[in-house]
Amino acid sequence: MNRMMDTEPESALFNYCVALGDDSVVLGHRLSEWCRNGPFLEEDLALTNTSLDFIGRARMFYAYAAELENEGRTEDDIAYLRDCREYRNLLINELPNGDFAFTMARQFLIDVYDMGFFAGLAQSRDAMLAAIAGKAIKESSYHLRRSDDWVKRLGDGTEESRERIQNAFNQLWGYIPEMFRMSDDEQQLVDAGIAVDRCALKANWESTVHTTLKEATLDIPSENWAIGGGRDGMHTEHLGFLLAEMQFLQRAYPGQKW
Amino acid sequence: MLDPNCNTETAQLFELLSSVCDPEIPVLTLQDLGVLRDISIDDGAITVTITPTYTGCPAMDAMQADIETTLAEAGYQHVKVKQSLSPAWTSDWMSAAGREKLRAYGIAPPVRHSGQTTKRANIQCPQCGSGDTECISEFGSTACKALYRCRECLEPFDYFKCI
Repeated sequence: MNRMMDTEPESALFNYCVALGDDSVVLGHRLSEWCRNGPFLEEDLALTNTSLDFIGRARMFYAYAAELENEGRTEDDIAYLRDCREYRNLLINELPNGDFAFTMARQFLIDVYDMGFFAGLAQSRDAMLAAIAGKAIKESSYHLRRSDDWVKRLGDGTEESRERIQNAFNQLWGYIPEMFRMSDDEQQLVDAGIAVDRCALKANWESTVHTTLKEATLDIPSENWAIGGGRDGMHTEHLGFLLAEMQFLQRAYPGQKW
Repeated sequence: MLDPNCNTETAQLFELLSSVCDPEIPVLTLQDLGVLRDISIDDGAITVTITPTYTGCPAMDAMQADIETTLAEAGYQHVKVKQSLSPAWTSDWMSAAGREKLRAYGIAPPVRHSGQTTKRANIQCPQCGSGDTECISEFGSTACKALYRCRECLEPFDYFKCI
């Protein structure tokens, strides 16, 4: 069945906003789990401040999605009242934090991706998406300065730090192809000048990532496995546990406010 | 920024709101920050447009509440605070007075020209004025600040990031 035929343009845009919000809120929540567990005070602050930036992004995407839908749902309803299968985030965002090296390796891969993605989205014909992207890319640039630093420090550091971050990249590598795979709905929005062609981002992304990994004396892992499905609602076992914690309050006490 | 040719009542409201301070950095007013973008009056109803500095900045809600409170205390009943994302806030909008207030408060003000964000700029120590400083962390006490250290006087200090 051709899915392009059965998705209304409006709902394709709604789904797109929700997926982008899901990427942000899931990674934002993961980063928030570092609160008071950072390796030292400055990093604890950095991890949680980065978390805030991602949650802020999610709010903007969800608020816009709710406005497009126009059925009375709020950004909070979208974040807190959907189950795993309705989440559309890329899988790399939901993986557990692992050690600090794993968290920073993932952050680096995503920061490089976000720089390319938001530069593209800032050119969107959809004014709201372009505005959100215009803000997000400013934040990604300092996120990337930090994660790029850490990849080099850990890679070109001690034997143990090098081993840990190399392992992290090896474990993350199979989650990368999904970041550059387009869905039919998304392609429709690309054709309309609204969405970003993620396939086209890969060459630049690879060149930036490879340069840093080489400088960090790290090996580029081989592309011999790939896992995907996040954009179709097929997730790893980890997302359910994440949502169970993140959504607990609204599930147990519906409608609670600060 | 606000239209200098705006009418008298708008100018009065602007004057009134220029006393509202950033809840996290109380030496800065919203005007110094460049957060206050527009004030419009339509049939007695006031719409204040502000722009968020950072997407996840928890101070935005507090700023919004402070604006509403200030206007309510001055007797304005119908007030709406609207957030506008575009054009995206940049530290280039911070006023010269704001930069000096930050420095006197012990926070290095943002360097100008937000386009150059890939490399770290050379930051002057707000305590001793030395340019021999190093970045300790991209984040200080809030998302908008980075943590630096002066190699000359050895004091750590916050730097208001240039974005």
